[in-house]
Amino acid sequence: MTENEPLLSVHNMEKHFPVTKGLFKRQVGAVKAVDGISFEVYKGETLGLVGESGCGKSTTGRLVTRLLEPTAGKVFFEGQDISHMSQGHLRPLRRDMQMIFQDPYSSLNPRHTVGAIVGAPFRIQGVQTEHGVKKAVQDILERVGLNPEHYNRYPHEFSGGQRQRIGIARTLALKPKLIIADEPVSALDVSIQAQVVNLLEDLQKELDLTYVVIAHDLSVVRHISDRVAVMYLGKIVEIADRKQLYSSPMHPYTNALLSAVPVPDPRAGRGRERIRLTGDVPSPLNPPPACRFHTRCWKAQDICKKVEPPLEELAGGHRVACHFPENAPEPAKAAPAVPAQE
Amino acid sequence: MACPATGQATRPVAVLTYIIRRVVGAFAMLIVISMVTFGIFFVVPQWAGATPEAMAARYVGRAATPETVHLVAERLGFNDPVVVQYGRFVKGLFAGAQYDYGAGVEQCPAPCFGYSFISGQPVWPDLVDRMPVTFSLAIGAAVIWVLAGVSVGVISALRRGSFFDRLSMGTALAGVSLPIFFTGMISLVVFSYGLGWTPPGGAWTDLAVNPLQWAYNLLLPWITLAFLFAAGYARLTRAGMLETMGEDYIRTARAKGLRERQVVVKHGLRAALTPILTLFGIDFGLLVGGAVLTETTYTLPGLGQFAILAIRNQDLPQVMGVVLIAAGFVVVASLIVDLLYAVVDPRVRLS
Amino acid sequence: MSFLDVKDLKIHFPTDDGLVKSVDGLSFGVERGKTLGIVGESGSGKSVTSLGVLGLHKGGPAKISGEIWLDGEELIGASAEHVRGLRGKKMAMIFQDPLSSMHPYYTVGHQIIEAYRIHNDVTKQVARKHAVDMLGRVGIPEPGRRVDSYPHEFSGGMRQRAMIAMALSCDPELLIADEPTTALDVTVQAQILDLMRDLQREFDSALIVITHDLGVVAELSDDILVMYAGKCVEYGSADDIFYRPEHPYTWGLLGSMPRLDREPTERLMPIKGSPPSLINVPPGCAFSPRCPYAERTGGRAETEAPLLAETEGGHLVRCHMDRTERRDLWENEIKPVLETQ
Repeated sequence: MTENEPLLSVHNMEKHFPVTKGLFKRQVGAVKAVDGISFEVYKGETLGLVGESGCGKSTTGRLVTRLLEPTAGKVFFEGQDISHMSQGHLRPLRRDMQMIFQDPYSSLNPRHTVGAIVGAPFRIQGVQTEHGVKKAVQDILERVGLNPEHYNRYPHEFSGGQRQRIGIARTLALKPKLIIADEPVSALDVSIQAQVVNLLEDLQKELDLTYVVIAHDLSVVRHISDRVAVMYLGKIVEIADRKQLYSSPMHPYTNALLSAVPVPDPRAGRGRERIRLTGDVPSPLNPPPACRFHTRCWKAQDICKKVEPPLEELAGGHRVACHFPENAPEPAKAAPAVPAQE
Repeated sequence: MACPATGQATRPVAVLTYIIRRVVGAFAMLIVISMVTFGIFFVVPQWAGATPEAMAARYVGRAATPETVHLVAERLGFNDPVVVQYGRFVKGLFAGAQYDYGAGVEQCPAPCFGYSFISGQPVWPDLVDRMPVTFSLAIGAAVIWVLAGVSVGVISALRRGSFFDRLSMGTALAGVSLPIFFTGMISLVVFSYGLGWTPPGGAWTDLAVNPLQWAYNLLLPWITLAFLFAAGYARLTRAGMLETMGEDYIRTARAKGLRERQVVVKHGLRAALTPILTLFGIDFGLLVGGAVLTETTYTLPGLGQFAILAIRNQDLPQVMGVVLIAAGFVVVASLIVDLLYAVVDPRVRLS
Repeated sequence: MSFLDVKDLKIHFPTDDGLVKSVDGLSFGVERGKTLGIVGESGSGKSVTSLGVLGLHKGGPAKISGEIWLDGEELIGASAEHVRGLRGKKMAMIFQDPLSSMHPYYTVGHQIIEAYRIHNDVTKQVARKHAVDMLGRVGIPEPGRRVDSYPHEFSGGMRQRAMIAMALSCDPELLIADEPTTALDVTVQAQILDLMRDLQREFDSALIVITHDLGVVAELSDDILVMYAGKCVEYGSADDIFYRPEHPYTWGLLGSMPRLDREPTERLMPIKGSPPSLINVPPGCAFSPRCPYAERTGGRAETEAPLLAETEGGHLVRCHMDRTERRDLWENEIKPVLETQ
């Protein structure tokens, strides 16, 4: 799977939101929401993007779908540079790239019927359907587990889980290649979350979809992803195969995140050795210099405050940005300042 | 995304820059208003074909010879470029001006809003004379409508759906839709001429002369004017209270064990008042520039009545003076509201 | 009798569409120094219950019946003014979203001082000193300075700490935390959970944690109550609920959540359908339309409401299936799927 051409590839992508101050609104700084990240998404896989609030994961989602324009860096979709493409040129590409949002309440127009919402992409893109739009929409509704006879109902007549299904149906209308799902299940009840997660997995298999799933819930991300990228303050600190990342995380932050998740197992939970980070995530307006995690990291040394650790591959497909990675092969541990040889 | 970067140390500085920016903005607005007003009264007529002589003719009366008119036009500067005329106008506002009609030089001390065609007097002292009436009317009415409107709104919100709520909201609807000249006339007929409780229209006593008489004379105009505004304030307060009383922090206040009265006043009303403050600034600003209908109905010698008379007499300098003053009040009132806003709501972004 | 003893609590709201039975015959108890976890999905009635215990439905449209005994004193029959005096002093509450739960116009200090001075006749200076002290105890750095900050100037975690400081300012004996960490980041959630555990030990209060997150419940609770459609469907010790659950809804919750402490399963086992509307609670067993084992009860599930019955040593289950059948299902069908792979 990893040998083919990436469907989506991002190189040193940045998004800075200017901050103005004073009498003349001069720019005094920037919120570095995304500050130079690179990753690839291959056809048919699911990449999970995890991190806490302010880490830039949602901005990343909006950048790769070009709902936002990157300040710097490049975004390639199927080899085509879309980083600064005009809205007009992007339009045909929007068919291939769809987004699912967190809130199934606010992202559906309450005045439109389900049929109109799910059918809108056909009309906007001017797609001809074999048996008419209605038939096509009903097929999609059925596919996402909704009753096709509910074609004429309004969003408020559905429960939260069903609304998220409508949101998913809308993105499927034009048979996209890539779906960016931004917190697709976090607004849903536990039992409903599982339904939607299963649905996303089934659809991926049936329709050969590629996903980028953005979420703060590490368990959901592990369940759904093939590879996972961990973000902290606008940077990717670790990216690896799901199994490697969760069983032998190298970045202390990833370790701390995993350790912080409460476990539904009272006995194991009580005896568990935990890493406790102090303080909150610093503001992305004024992130710590060099390694951004050094203010909360228990392993931090002087070098972490002075030299920014590059994102390097320390094991097959496992890239980490840390001077003192854990679970790493020996050479990396021995010489933290020198880039490890692979 | 939470952005907790704004520490409290920087807040006073931010408040200061905010105030400066708002004051500068208000000043710029006044300049624009003066330009527009000047343009409407002196430039547009010339575009519309009025010659400098036609403009000057208004000052000298019908009997003047063409030569006199020509001379006056020259002396009043109607032949000068517009920019020069505007500069002279602004200079008059700040430094005063002299008018030379040929029959002797008239002093117009600063702030000079020009000379009336009709009375032959400077406009400004006339305006100043009228201000106490309009101010008295506006302030008294404002006190009544804010107190009445807000309390009715609060009670309606707390007893939503009750008889009181329906009655007061029905009355409020009537209040918003009935024009002043209607309610004013009716109340004059009933309370002044019928029952004899209040003096008929036209009664005015200065506050400094006899405060009791001042209040007694203004009582009916106050209530009439306040009725119109109170209605809107009651509706707005009700809506605001219904919204804030459903907020999470109200639940927190109750969970702390706060008495319901404190919950309503300190936590609910405090938040619901913010939009009312904005509306009040604009309403009050507009009103002190002349409560035209009320003053006309009760024949009170205020700015509104002055404006009506000036328009009827086509007394351009007077009309312009009133317009400038009224606009100035609105700008100042909204400036004050903006500044208060930053005090009332600490979340207001100051940059 | 426990420190807090709730018996057959019913909270019903009349609406235009019918009677909403948010809480329908709930009984539970908590001792001082112990933690009860109440688990349920949205609309299960768990938050309504907590507000009911605090007496916050009094004077509203809700119809309340049953008994709430706090430290030997019955609260449903007590006057609203009396319960108000207990609120914030003897029993306090922490809410889900600390940003919307604090008044945006007042400083954090002001809000703590207010909470303290309602129940303690002290000067502002004394109360302020107490507020600073409380902020320090919940781990806010530089409390003397931060006391004058507004809620929006705090980060999410700091706000929740301040909220906890406010709730604990009068040293309450009963603390109810409604989704205390749901709005927080994972690493901050862990800090707040630790803090709550430490403070409970320090204050020796009875704690009720209301949440949808089984992980949070497992970390904090001694006993757990699982709610569904306004009723308790299973009640027991944390070990009962996590190691030998007997209600199909509890199994469903466990099967729905992906877990970090196990090898990933191929597929999650969701509960089909959605939670019922509380106006039209299904007749018989409210869970029956979603229950994969409903047909095993021979039609009783649709017609007859099951009773909450003790299965063993304080472990209560509301289910028509008999005990051996439930145990058998758990041991042989559910547990193996959840644990292996």
